[in-house]
Amino acid sequence: MAIIRDVMPAFDLLQPSSAADAQKLLQEHGSDAWIMAGGLDSFDWLKDRIKKPKVLVDLSGIDELKGIRVTGDGVEIGAMTTLTEVAEHPEIRKNYSVLSQAVSVVASPQIRNQGTLGGNVSQDVRCWYYRGGWPCYRAGGNICYADTPVGRNREHAIFGADRCVAVHPSDSVPALIALDAKFVVQTSKGEKTVDAENYYIGPDLDITRINMLQPGDLLTAIRIPSTWAGATFYFEKVRDRNVWDFPLMNVASAIVLSGGAISRIRLAVNAVSPRPMRLKNVEDAVVGKPADASTGEMAGKLAVQGAVPLQFNAYKIPLMRNLVKRAVCGVAGQQAYGALTGDLDTQEVAWNS
Amino acid sequence: MSDRNDLKSGENPPKTITRRNFILGVIAGGAAVGAASYRFLAPRGRTYSTGERLITVNVNGKPRRVDVMKQETLAWTLRYKLGLTGTKLGCDRAECGACTVLIDNVPHYGCSVLTHTVRGRNVTTIEGLASADGRLHPVQQAVIDEQGFQCAFCMSGFLMATVGFLKTNPNPTRKELAHGISGNLCRCQDYNKILDAMMRGAEYMRDGIPAGKTLTAIAGNPAAGDDATAALARGA
Repeated sequence: MAIIRDVMPAFDLLQPSSAADAQKLLQEHGSDAWIMAGGLDSFDWLKDRIKKPKVLVDLSGIDELKGIRVTGDGVEIGAMTTLTEVAEHPEIRKNYSVLSQAVSVVASPQIRNQGTLGGNVSQDVRCWYYRGGWPCYRAGGNICYADTPVGRNREHAIFGADRCVAVHPSDSVPALIALDAKFVVQTSKGEKTVDAENYYIGPDLDITRINMLQPGDLLTAIRIPSTWAGATFYFEKVRDRNVWDFPLMNVASAIVLSGGAISRIRLAVNAVSPRPMRLKNVEDAVVGKPADASTGEMAGKLAVQGAVPLQFNAYKIPLMRNLVKRAVCGVAGQQAYGALTGDLDTQEVAWNS
Repeated sequence: MSDRNDLKSGENPPKTITRRNFILGVIAGGAAVGAASYRFLAPRGRTYSTGERLITVNVNGKPRRVDVMKQETLAWTLRYKLGLTGTKLGCDRAECGACTVLIDNVPHYGCSVLTHTVRGRNVTTIEGLASADGRLHPVQQAVIDEQGFQCAFCMSGFLMATVGFLKTNPNPTRKELAHGISGNLCRCQDYNKILDAMMRGAEYMRDGIPAGKTLTAIAGNPAAGDDATAALARGA
């Protein structure tokens, strides 16, 4: 599709200054309204004329949704906090470094300066057929253009596909799942708090929605409990370029060791399925085992059981096997590749290991 | 006007429209639109207002009054309303960095910011780097001294990204700087020379521009020789 360089089509811009006003506006306008946080996912849709909302509700003026508060039990991050702020916050770097690592490899510096944590976890999938405006299942049509013998599906799913084979593209979500984060959602029936992994909806449940937000709902905050503070963390993102690119795959784990054995673990992988995946079966299998290479091998093999590759993405199976292995056993004192130091040269490519 | 719906919902709605009530209604309606349409709840059933609106944006230290469409991006306003064409539009999709400007000293892609969201904030473009007397910013001077760019379409974006990054890390290693300005692309693939220039810029910002270099903005590159320098100074 040709790139359109003219101004966006007209919409009405509403700029509430409180979360309550924003929610009222969203409920009033229902499916006519589009929520804009940082705007970096929104503008692609609007500029390409794929989505044409009548009303844009801009959350950037709502100060109560910004900032990171250290609470009695962990931290609460406002949904409109920028990724740069999350990456650089001292408490997050100290006790929840898996999250600062994850958000510091999102896109590019300018995008992290503007993109928000709420927007990052709520962004839509990146399948180019869908984003290019093709009338696929997810767009309300009755075909998947990616899952055909010649469809371009190198980046697509090996798990959880149901008509739609697009993957969830967020880098922050696996880290948030590993930290057992809770998402706070304001709905018309009041406040709901859901586990990070339950915020997402697979295509089997509702193919046109990527998360639980209904028209009128608003994600206001993400709470990270102190349960995993200071645990041993691992995060790794594999992508084609070191800047801008969405993950081909990423992995995050939080592990508490006792006497060399894994006593508690949470493990998540993204960009393998339409929903970010928490690998509960792998967690259960490795608890009580030593955090060594043989446990890692076992975890990797278990993780990819049931994977169904498409025409061009079979590489994702060994990639996932290796990433899960590293996330389980490669954690002894090892920081994932230079994300915090900005050292791009130390990145290893997981499929070589 | 849909705002009349609000007037009717008052305690004693007028049964007939008198001249006085009509005028009051128009005044109240105008005030509601003027003061509240941005930060306030729109009445149900209003028609969508999508036109231009006069707002104030602080650009390069000066408040600028400008008519801005609601869907207009900052890069568009800067280039086509304010004439500040130093900010380039490359991809218009937050993927190249040519439109990088500083908003409250933080680098942003101008193509991906709605101008209405920066009302009251400080925007700095490449035109705002040089000081009032025409002396170049140290990073600009360094670009000239190091001949940092080939075609230079990406240059203003790189400069703004660098100036923004140096505010958070004034003494970066080459690798840190490369990471800090990794949100900008150069189609000429001139990254090594760009990094040379930007590292030189960081040095000039810390230690000052060496004496004798400060006039090159007017006189051109000293390496070009006296005749060329004199010609440039005459504006030839």
